[in-house]
Amino acid sequence: MARALLSGNEAVARGAWEAGVAVGVGYPGTPSTETLENLARYDGVRCEWAPNEKVAAEVAAGVSLAGGRVLVTMKHVGLNVAADPLFTLAYTGVGGGYVLFVADDPGMHSSQNEQDSRRYAFAAKVPMLEPADPAEALFMTRLAFDLSETYDLPVLVRSTTRVSHSKGVVELDGGRVAPQCRPYVKDPAKWVMVPANARRRRVDLERRLARLREHSESAGLNRIEMRGTELGVVADGAAYRAVCEALPEASVLKIGMVHPFPDDLVRQFAASVERVVVVEELGPFVRDLVSLAGVQVQEIPLPQWGEVTPATVKAALGLPVEEGRVSPEGLPERPPLMCPGCPHRGVFWALKKTKAIVTGDIGCYTLGAAPPLAAMDSCVCMGASVGMAYGAALVENERPVVGVIGDSTFAHSGITGLVHMAYNGGAGTVVVLDNRTTAMTGHQGNPVSGVTLSGSHGRELDLEALARACGAEWVRTVDAMDLHGTLAALREAVASPALAVLIAKSPCALLSKCTKDPVAVDDDVCTACGACIQLGCPAISRTESGKAQIDVSICVGCGQCEQVCRFGAIVPAGPACDLGGSAR
Amino acid sequence: MSSVTTVVLAGVGGQGTILAGDVLAKVAMAEGYDVRLSEVHGMAQRGGSVITFVRFGEEVQSPVVDPGTADHLIAFEMIEAARRLPLLKREGRLVVNQRIVLPLPVLVGAAQVPDGLEAALAEEGAIFVDAEALACEAGSSKSANVVLLGAASAGLPLSQETWAEVIASRVPPATVEANLKAFELGRAACLKGACR
Ligand SMILES: Cc1ncc(C[n+]2csc(CCOP(=O)(O)OP(=O)(O)O)c2C)c(N)n1
Repeated sequence: MARALLSGNEAVARGAWEAGVAVGVGYPGTPSTETLENLARYDGVRCEWAPNEKVAAEVAAGVSLAGGRVLVTMKHVGLNVAADPLFTLAYTGVGGGYVLFVADDPGMHSSQNEQDSRRYAFAAKVPMLEPADPAEALFMTRLAFDLSETYDLPVLVRSTTRVSHSKGVVELDGGRVAPQCRPYVKDPAKWVMVPANARRRRVDLERRLARLREHSESAGLNRIEMRGTELGVVADGAAYRAVCEALPEASVLKIGMVHPFPDDLVRQFAASVERVVVVEELGPFVRDLVSLAGVQVQEIPLPQWGEVTPATVKAALGLPVEEGRVSPEGLPERPPLMCPGCPHRGVFWALKKTKAIVTGDIGCYTLGAAPPLAAMDSCVCMGASVGMAYGAALVENERPVVGVIGDSTFAHSGITGLVHMAYNGGAGTVVVLDNRTTAMTGHQGNPVSGVTLSGSHGRELDLEALARACGAEWVRTVDAMDLHGTLAALREAVASPALAVLIAKSPCALLSKCTKDPVAVDDDVCTACGACIQLGCPAISRTESGKAQIDVSICVGCGQCEQVCRFGAIVPAGPACDLGGSAR
Repeated sequence: MSSVTTVVLAGVGGQGTILAGDVLAKVAMAEGYDVRLSEVHGMAQRGGSVITFVRFGEEVQSPVVDPGTADHLIAFEMIEAARRLPLLKREGRLVVNQRIVLPLPVLVGAAQVPDGLEAALAEEGAIFVDAEALACEAGSSKSANVVLLGAASAGLPLSQETWAEVIASRVPPATVEANLKAFELGRAACLKGACR
């Protein structure tokens, strides 16, 4: 039996592989991304990035319809996008086992919101398993495929950042179940959800869930761990580990299957302890279910947001917590920043000069909202930039409005916004930042780059042709590293009465591994005007005298600062190795 | 519970904290301990502050580290050392790479590094290491993270042989020798320094 140190995401991939999945499909999103990347490394599984989560869930529905086992992966907000197929797949049920892995992000380490996917399980009437650690992630994912086929339901496996991105020791004892494709059976009453069929499946859904509820009560996914009888704690997912650490004496009802909820088990647990509290992340949800089961819950002041840690649990129960040392005062913040050589930087430099209202989107380029560039006015959800640019222009007459969107994000859900703009006679400007990759989530290929998850180079989405087909009349591609060229094109696009799409193209600096020689500041020529500082490049700072200086160990010689310096003060510095700078 | 050793690695995205945390966790696992490691990817990796938790012992529950509970803080840079200080126990051990990576707000003149940062860390008992210099001495400027592991190892209950095995298995083959040297230099620097 082998032991391995696996992250929750690696463990989910392993569990799916052991269960004999034929296909894995998803859209990247922290903290879920590595799951599919890891599954793709196993033999015998076809893995693909979809343009968005809805498409992923639908491709998976096709695999299941045709009898294959399939894993779908996404982050919590992706489930909003995939919700439409999910709700109806609960009615149809499955052919081959259908498991949707969704990763929530309490504390918003890398997300725009903190929504709670547990609520989707109830709203969509779909079972949900909640592993507390990597070992459980493997076991539960594998089991989820059997449950899906036995109970004829898609199954959600929900993790959180501290499950997905924590590693733990996992025993690898299971081999792979031979992938079996169930024979295809034409069954329109099950798969064609016209109202007459859907009404029957709706009733059947309750029957399937009721059967699964019996399983939920008895199968050990939900289990009572009796220790003392004074305090009983109900805890799900990652909160379970925090409880075990903080309250080693307490009895625990561990919730591993939150839907269907084990009402009888909760009542049995409550009868064996003096008082019951619920510990969970993201606000009262299990708490309400426990109450609905008729159990009196003692209220404790848990935070409604963020992560639950052992200290939060202790504090909520009035137990003493450790006090740490004290940081020196006045420490500067360290926000994330655009990398040296990032092609997005020049586009935001240009956008700032147009004085436009810039509706933004989600990706590395969201960093264009941060000072000193500060050239993005909104960021809501993937694809929103395009619709918002159009909407804002309906009522804003003074300033131009520009929507800015990354290549992966455009393919995800920006295209329909552009169609709306064109269809309704819009004349705004959309800038697509084509850096040839999905950078933010770790450089996945996407339809625009044509690079697939298997590493092959497929068809590249032709952005210019697509923009024209949607109805844009002014369409142009510029080199994003040519700052003045980008600015000129942007000014023209904004001034044009046509619907304009500007594609700012240049590969992500981390992909192109720019290795040009660094540049330096000629102190005699620098006037301390600060123009280069305004680029927000991590290699450039001011000296005491206010003049610029460039850290050769960070500079990648991209040339952006040379382009914005009107005095020619930025000059070649010679090869980095001669200067002792090698920490690139 | 007290048999659990808790280590925090703090640095700046891109400094190699994730690899260092992974090596430490694998060493602990190879020595037969239960291990939990937790890190945060995504937005923070773009030059933001990053933090990795590694906890090992007979049985480890939570992967998260609360204030005042870390036995070791390994800081890859002084501002991050100061930022994460609250996580460290009073009697905890503080290993600090003696350099500063300026964050963007400081670079653009919107914020400052507080005066006397190094002195404040010294007051907290910091064991300073010049990891970049030792890494260059070892032959690979990219091995500064391994120098810091070496320095931290002097206070961790893990055997030298296991460290060497895991490091050799985790770094690019061409850099194995330099990384092992980097580890030794870090460890030696710490042993002759102000180790407690
Ligand atoms: C619905 C949804 N799915 C996934 C994500 C995660 N996510 C955030 S940014 C991003 C990719 C952005 O890629 P791109 O538009 O190419 O910009 P880049 O990071 O390359 O600049 C993803 C997948 C999300 N925020 N929302």
